[in-house]
Amino acid sequence: MSGAAAASNVAQKDDSQRRQKEMIADHFAKLERAKEDGRKVVYTFVPGNLTELLRALDILPVLPEINALQSGMRGKSAGYIAEAEKAGHSEDVCTYVKCDLGMMLSGNVGPTGTKIPPPDLLLLSYTGCFTFLKWFELLKEAYKCEVAMLHVPYMPDGVVTPDMRRYVVDQLRDQIIPALERVTGKKLDLDELARRLALSRQAEDDLVAVWESARRRPSPIDGYFGGVYYIGPMFTAFRGTEEAVAYYRSLKAEVDERIAQKLGAQTPDGPIAQEKYRLVIEGPPNWTSFYDFWRMFSREGAVPVASTYTRVGGLYDTGFRHDPEHPLESLADYCLGCYTNLGLPSRVDLLERYIKDYSADGFLINSVKSCNSFSAGQLLILRELEKRTGVPGAFIESDLVDPRYFGKANIENRIQSYFQMLEARKEPTRAQPQSGSGSVA
Amino acid sequence: MTNQADPAASVIARAQSIVEDLTFAEVTRWKREHTGALAVGYMPVYVPRPLFEAIGCLPVAVFGGGDRTDIIRGDSYFQSYICHIPRSTIELALSGALAPLDGMIFPSTCDVIRNLGGMWKMLFPERYGAYLDLPQNLTPALGGRFYAEELRRIARELEARGARPLDAAALREAIAAENARRALIDELDELRRSKPWLLRASEAYVAVRAGTVLPVSEHVALLGELLAALTRREVRAYDNVRVVITGAFCEQPPLGLIRTLEKSGCDIVDDDLQLGLRMIEQPITVGADTDPLVALAEAFLKNGAATACRYIDKAVKGDALIAKVRAANAEGVIFTAASFCDPALLDQPMLERALTSAKIPFTSFKFAENTGQYQTIREQAGAFSDSVKLWGGTP
Repeated sequence: MSGAAAASNVAQKDDSQRRQKEMIADHFAKLERAKEDGRKVVYTFVPGNLTELLRALDILPVLPEINALQSGMRGKSAGYIAEAEKAGHSEDVCTYVKCDLGMMLSGNVGPTGTKIPPPDLLLLSYTGCFTFLKWFELLKEAYKCEVAMLHVPYMPDGVVTPDMRRYVVDQLRDQIIPALERVTGKKLDLDELARRLALSRQAEDDLVAVWESARRRPSPIDGYFGGVYYIGPMFTAFRGTEEAVAYYRSLKAEVDERIAQKLGAQTPDGPIAQEKYRLVIEGPPNWTSFYDFWRMFSREGAVPVASTYTRVGGLYDTGFRHDPEHPLESLADYCLGCYTNLGLPSRVDLLERYIKDYSADGFLINSVKSCNSFSAGQLLILRELEKRTGVPGAFIESDLVDPRYFGKANIENRIQSYFQMLEARKEPTRAQPQSGSGSVA
Repeated sequence: MTNQADPAASVIARAQSIVEDLTFAEVTRWKREHTGALAVGYMPVYVPRPLFEAIGCLPVAVFGGGDRTDIIRGDSYFQSYICHIPRSTIELALSGALAPLDGMIFPSTCDVIRNLGGMWKMLFPERYGAYLDLPQNLTPALGGRFYAEELRRIARELEARGARPLDAAALREAIAAENARRALIDELDELRRSKPWLLRASEAYVAVRAGTVLPVSEHVALLGELLAALTRREVRAYDNVRVVITGAFCEQPPLGLIRTLEKSGCDIVDDDLQLGLRMIEQPITVGADTDPLVALAEAFLKNGAATACRYIDKAVKGDALIAKVRAANAEGVIFTAASFCDPALLDQPMLERALTSAKIPFTSFKFAENTGQYQTIREQAGAFSDSVKLWGGTP
């Protein structure tokens, strides 16, 4: 890292970060041209998204959460939230919703400056978040368009039961696919769907290899701040596409190259100089001060080696892969298994596994005001993880895209105190990896 | 009118004491009288009580600690931006107040209640806890079938803990008893609409809510006693504004707050406070050849009340509230949502727009179950009722 770069606030980026940004910008450009190109547009959510199905019918997806977080990163969310609150929305509720509604009220110009077309259909994948229901009821009222609702049962015990799977499959077959066919005027080609699921599987294999590279020491990746770039194509519009396969293949090659060069994780200031603390992070990041937040970690030598936010759009490192042989069942299992659709005990189990498998020195919970699905119960998660692993946890509070709830000095103070504590007790508390995890020094 | 002269006073006082009893003495009594039977708690908003009664269990609604519990440990489990009912419920559980309950059901009301179910499992692994996924897909062959399986699963799990096996005849009987209760609640509601001075909303509230910790037969008796007493009640009519309150279907406002609204010139002629016992809006019909469990499930799909925690599907947002206002001949609506209640607060702007289009005046405030300062609410509600009286619109 050059001195000039370190002193600059301009974030340095890997090729993969730049590539995914280009892919997303290109997607927004396609959305702007969708009507003139005769393509249908469906709004849907990240958890439980059915991108392969949409792509098989040549539909372009719009992900409102992605628009909101992109708006947050580009400094636009405060104004959008103010617009929504002026229109009567409570200060208490999810700021993703208010940011999205505010963007719509302001002309529906997306974060990259291109117009987002109105939806031909709202595909309400009700997966792991109650607010999704209300969000699309609000959009239904605004756009006066059809909603296809997929109720994905919650998994309180982390187990997909045959009844749950059947319920989702039956809804897909009897309601969701017919609605998409009606909107597009096309018949779903099951072979095309299977082909796209096979592409997803390839990309998922490479993504998991990237996640698991963080078991090494030093970790070649940042599994949280960097991780949100890695999941970009997978979470948004590209699952089941050749572009996603190419992206994840090149990302894996990039990470392999970092390993060969014994480079640590990429940070906004270049490769990390020294990996001092390995952390597991629970909860979404704050987007309005994303790089400030990241640097609070990277400049202290703290590397997030695994995170749960990067699993909300699909949990692949516990073994799930899309299966072209069983397309609808596979889509059902994907939806059911998204992180926020798991009961609290299963979330704790997963975090415990990450702490142990990734040889974490500590874990941090970023509790965001906007998201009760994530946040309710996190203080118990904190206690339970400390009890089970002996690894100390930290707890901070912020928000997704409302800058009023990011208290920089307070958060930085807490994080620095936490690192001082980790420094004082680093060696005795390092968790032992579970069998087969094998961190590589 | 003194209490001695009021024929309804004693039954209302008894209901209120049941509502305010955070030791669940009625549940303890019932368990003493039904050796070995299970009492199963549940969080708002709705569980199908006849299912539990049919397998010999007492379903018991847990509405948190209200304004009568000091929160000490409960606050350490929840961030400041999460509503109040989960923290007081944890407080009750950790203090042992929920000991009479053999288990808890956490319906899919919202993400907080859902996650509270996970917390229950972690904090009390030896006690029964289950998540009940109410269907958001309202098609009988899809959501109905899934829901019926959910109910069978819960019945099986409780049977493994000592409940009676689910039996069609017993379920038919329990559904019939629930229908009888519902008819009496309808009578009370009709009385509130036609003669709101005769039965105040706060009185009806405790009479209905008492039934959430009693077996249905005892609640039917209590409601019958109240209705009989009301025929003998003599109360002066007041020229109040007729309002509907909406938004407090889960966390409940303190009784003092409801009375404050009444004192500020409002006759609350309809509300969604005790939605759990009113969720199914029609009698549950069970044909001779129908599986009563399927009938119970389909009643929710077809006749479930419109509320913020239920997907709207093909209905139009606001239509149900406007219909309620019209049916009650109400002059306005007061939105009373619990602070940080995502379902109610996300619903509210849509409902407000619908009311505006229908030219129905409204006002709104938020509360917590332990709200203790009523003066600003009294002033706001008073200004609202005055403006409706004087100008027929919002202040």
